[in-house]
Amino acid sequence: MKPFDFKQPATLEQALTLWHPGAAWLGGGTNLVDLMKIGVARPDTVIDITRIPGLSEIDLADDGSARIGALVKNSDLADHPGFAARFPMVAEALLSGASGQLRNAATLGGNLMQAPRCPWFQLPESACNRRNPGSGCDARQVGGLALIGASEGCSAIHPSDLCVPLLALDAVVEVAGPDGHREVPFATLHRLPGEHPETATTLAPGELIVALRLPAGAARFAGHAAYLKVRERTSFAFALTSAAAALELRDGRITAARLALGGIAPKPWRVPEAEALLIGQPPGAEVFARAAAHALEGADPAARKNWRRLLAIRTAQKALHMAALGTPETLPALPGSVFRSPAQEVSHA
Amino acid sequence: MSLSITLTLNGVTRAIAFEDARVTLLDLLRDRLDLPGTKKGCDRGQCGACTVLVNGRRTTACLTLAATLEGAEVTTIEGLAPEGTLHPVQQAFIDNDAFQCGYCTPGQIMSAVGLIAEGRAGTDPERIREGMSGNICRCAAYHGITLAVQQATRSMVHPDTAAKTGDAA
Ligand SMILES: Cc1cc2nc3c(=O)[nH]c(=O)nc-3n(C[C@H](O)[C@H](O)[C@H](O)COP(=O)(O)OP(=O)(O)OC[C@H]3O[C@@H](n4cnc5c(N)ncnc54)[C@H](O)[C@@H]3O)c2cc1C
Ligand code: FES
Ligand code: FES
Repeated sequence: MKPFDFKQPATLEQALTLWHPGAAWLGGGTNLVDLMKIGVARPDTVIDITRIPGLSEIDLADDGSARIGALVKNSDLADHPGFAARFPMVAEALLSGASGQLRNAATLGGNLMQAPRCPWFQLPESACNRRNPGSGCDARQVGGLALIGASEGCSAIHPSDLCVPLLALDAVVEVAGPDGHREVPFATLHRLPGEHPETATTLAPGELIVALRLPAGAARFAGHAAYLKVRERTSFAFALTSAAAALELRDGRITAARLALGGIAPKPWRVPEAEALLIGQPPGAEVFARAAAHALEGADPAARKNWRRLLAIRTAQKALHMAALGTPETLPALPGSVFRSPAQEVSHA
Repeated sequence: MSLSITLTLNGVTRAIAFEDARVTLLDLLRDRLDLPGTKKGCDRGQCGACTVLVNGRRTTACLTLAATLEGAEVTTIEGLAPEGTLHPVQQAFIDNDAFQCGYCTPGQIMSAVGLIAEGRAGTDPERIREGMSGNICRCAAYHGITLAVQQATRSMVHPDTAAKTGDAA
């Protein structure tokens, strides 16, 4: 690990003043410290933001909206009973990610800003445009990783579970920086790699996430929402494919729908036209299949990726089906798992 | 860069100085404070061998920079029970043959203590397996571990109904 200076500002203002090119914010450290150990992140200064007051609250407003401080731990958000009742697929996505130990350390802001798990990005000896702009991309040896949204220069996949339902629910990110505060709609937080894979988000250098908001309208999906994550083992693995699905049903028809996918693209993926196909329809296998296929339109048809394209379509389809059945009364024993037992899927609609 | 923190470590408050901000809690415990009970497996958050309690909550010591811990309370396997006695989770691991080589065991036990405090699993074997999935056991003692967590949960949460061995998991 490269030596660094350690700073622990007591206020947001101090933190913003301490930042300079070469410095890195430290939340729970579960991603940054890991990347520093393997030589992928090489900050000269680490600014521990966890002592900044006022960034650890979960506020649920009467209108159904919520505001969550950037330092709230992943576990505390998932375990907050009021939050989990209002936004069950967010809680389920959180609990399907990492492990109990890591969720106790990981912060909301850190989860949003986590780096990809691309094996070549994590291997300093290899070519990687994201880590070392202009050096090339060794993931091309296997035809690239992302199914959709990749560029010549980078095809790394966004690894976060949490970000998938947040995108579906139109979350808003509150940011503080040297030029004051601003709001970033979730859909524009992460960037596609294009010609600048080294810039993964739209945050300016020195900007800090201070909070996340879920709009009032998001809570109407509480009764029909699901996060489904397909993994190589039941727990403690990143998604091969995942989907957050949420429906509003009235008189047997879908009146509002949200669908976002994870594990397939450089950022969490959402296709509004796929959601539109569901509106006015009664929930059913056929319309779910059509919407899911539409969400994957444009996916790389390469033979070596086709199984993942099909898996992503089926993941989205099943997530929609689970959402239609209704949100379980209590969080399932195996969050996000395909092995949720049918009894736990019983509807309370 | 010289750093100093005040830690309450296994119940004793002490000032600890170290020279380099790169020191993790895991290396601090093992290499500088002579507490090698906490194990290093992957050093990257993937195995759980280094699990300790920080402010009562389980976390991976390998990804925790020591410098961040000013004022924290840290409990390691050495401080779980008073000298010469066993914590109910330690006893349950023995009763249920919940280990073979024992390398993952301190981390498993600290993780189980954290899980029981979280109250997320109760005695449901499925929830216990999910809750303990951050701890890898290369000897695959998972069945015994699940039984041990069930037994310990019963004896700690419902001492009256505690049975010596767990339900079939
Ligand atoms: C073994 C392992 C398994 C995992 N499995 C999963 C999984 O299945 N699903 C999943 O979603 N995730 C998984 N993760 C990733 C985990 O969710 C992230 O490491 C964690 O959420 C990062 O949060 P943190 O607070 O520890 O971030 P840090 O490591 O502190 O920071 C991560 C990045 O965000 C920046 N940052 C931190 N806070 C802010 C802020 N407020 N504003 C702006 N920038 C900020 C940092 O500078 C850094 O670049 C896993 C991690 C590990 C180690
Ligand atoms: S050594 Fe910390 S998780 Fe493996
Ligand atoms: S007992 Fe050997 S690794 Fe778990």
